Amino acid sequence: MEKTKKLFSANIREISLVIVIILISAFVQVRSGGGFLTGENITDMLLETSVLAITAVGMMMVILTGGIDLSIGAVMALGAMAGTTVLKNSVLSENPVSNIWIVLIAVGVGLICGLINGLLISKLKILPIIATLGMMNIYRGITYLIANGSWVKQAEMGPKFLSLATGKTLGIYNLLLIAIIVYLVAFFFSEYTKTGRKIYAVGNSEESARVSGIKTDRIITLAYVILGGIAGLGGILYVCKYGVAQGETGTGYEMNVIAACVLGGVSISGGKGKVAGVLLGAILLGMLNNAMPLIQVSSFWQEAIRGGIILVSIVINALIARNVEKKDLRRRSI
Amino acid sequence: MAKDFERQAVSADGTRTIIANRGFSSKRFFLQWEWMLVLMLVAVNIFNISSSSNYANARGILNATRDFIDKAIVVFPMAFVLMLGEIDISVASIMALSATIMGIVFEATGNMFIAIIAALLTGVICGLINGSILAKFPELSSMIVTLSTQIIFRGIAQIILETRSIGGFPSWFGNIASGKVGLVPYGLIFVVAEAVFFAYLLHMTKFGRRTIAMGNSVTVAKYSGIKTNKIKVIIFTVVGLFSAIAGIYLSSKMSSVRSDVARGYELDIIAMVVLGGISTSGGRGRILGTSLAILVIGYLRYGLGLINATSQIIMIVVGLLLIIAVAIPNLKNSLGQIKILK
Repeated sequence: MEKTKKLFSANIREISLVIVIILISAFVQVRSGGGFLTGENITDMLLETSVLAITAVGMMMVILTGGIDLSIGAVMALGAMAGTTVLKNSVLSENPVSNIWIVLIAVGVGLICGLINGLLISKLKILPIIATLGMMNIYRGITYLIANGSWVKQAEMGPKFLSLATGKTLGIYNLLLIAIIVYLVAFFFSEYTKTGRKIYAVGNSEESARVSGIKTDRIITLAYVILGGIAGLGGILYVCKYGVAQGETGTGYEMNVIAACVLGGVSISGGKGKVAGVLLGAILLGMLNNAMPLIQVSSFWQEAIRGGIILVSIVINALIARNVEKKDLRRRSI
Repeated sequence: MAKDFERQAVSADGTRTIIANRGFSSKRFFLQWEWMLVLMLVAVNIFNISSSSNYANARGILNATRDFIDKAIVVFPMAFVLMLGEIDISVASIMALSATIMGIVFEATGNMFIAIIAALLTGVICGLINGSILAKFPELSSMIVTLSTQIIFRGIAQIILETRSIGGFPSWFGNIASGKVGLVPYGLIFVVAEAVFFAYLLHMTKFGRRTIAMGNSVTVAKYSGIKTNKIKVIIFTVVGLFSAIAGIYLSSKMSSVRSDVARGYELDIIAMVVLGGISTSGGRGRILGTSLAILVIGYLRYGLGLINATSQIIMIVVGLLLIIAVAIPNLKNSLGQIKILK
């Protein structure tokens, strides 16, 4: 009994997220006349959510260190644009580069962007929000320059590349499979590796982490590099799914990603957050995006509703945290 | 010279004396960040003069200010926010929402005065919302709160206007942006008055000193009896009010209102404040530097427009400028630390 109680209170956030997800699905299912929880729509929703979920787990690493990365949407676009431009030229010369290289190019570009962000923040001590706000513009500007005013369209990508998003391996959609792999790796990394635990330590208190011998600069840089790589991967999958790469790809996507983390219970002040929570947060957000059109919410309302949900959830998070603190204090006094 | 001054004071009776007036040092005087900004401003203007023959006269230089007055209006209150060690990303959305409210109130009543008052009220309410949330929940970072209110405010503007635009304002309203006293645009006069007011507020009043104290340490400020929550709410509300004014100015300039105006303005506004030498971690900076930084970024953007640089290039340049502006003082600090360690 005591044990289950402990397990419950340790995972209260994840459990309440699951409950919210169930409640919303039930509500939407009734309101949409049963069009929501069909096999087809659920697959659709999972595919839509997978890119968001992948990128959110990268953002979690950065937020865990107490930072933030506003440039993620721009990095996604830059990685995707670099990858698809190479692809387009190779398709035009009728010798398409294999998918793995395209993905590697995007991830490589993302890693470089992440490294720049990380060094600016850890070595030059620029506030993460300012550094990434500035770099966001630079990356976005470079993306526009590469795009040169044109789009990379579906036809120019070739069927082989597009099958990366639509195809299946072992009966599972590739996108889902990639998301699952990313989550398994992230879970193992954050819970069971030394480096992963160091990220939490740095987020809880950079000073104590440094005093206890952790090379904090390296850990912080690493977090941004991981996010950069994941953003590159997410970007190429995003354009593969939607079949078009353009300068504006992923504009404002950073808000979705940060929102998924915040909904998933990752504390913006760093050090707190779980991979499972982020996954649930991403699913909740993806579900809302999918459900709103289904129950005829006008597209003009969607932005305000999304913002409202984020604000309410961070306020509730803060209230929960206060409550937990109060309970802890009471327990100590007895 | 300054060093001698200090040493004598310490050795006089063997006790430590803190001297407020360190005497004049020409080295320190010329090492101020503001000189760097003056140099940048001169360089930018030389660049502009060389790229357009119509620029190098009073009319050209003054007219160019119209390009960035809408942003400049919000810069000074934003400097106060950064001085607190906080940030407000929702300013551009507040501009859009107050312009939108002004538009629909004008459409409904046909009275421009009521519409303008409604816009100002909207700005105040938006700022009050930001400030109250942050005061009620000091553990939430201002960045995440204003990021979400940014979406909400813009979202409300979208709900109201959808893809419509509202125009047909009376002609005197258009005059707000295009009118001039002699050669000087009204907007510029407003911004200069604003700069003087905010400089006085920051450097000469109790309120300003308290703001700086809060930026250095909220906890210390609180324990020394400063009503930190009150100051926070006031500053965020003032930011809202001035964002509304900027929104009105912008609508006057474009003679119409849409829900997607001023997208991305927050970057330029924050870049101007940061380039002006206001420390992003709070507690340091001067209004003079901020005023110079407005001119540097404003004229730079204008000049890049003159040579038909694409907006992409301008994005990259502003981004680089922001990073460099923050990196230089930090580099100086870390170099200084190395010296001390030696």
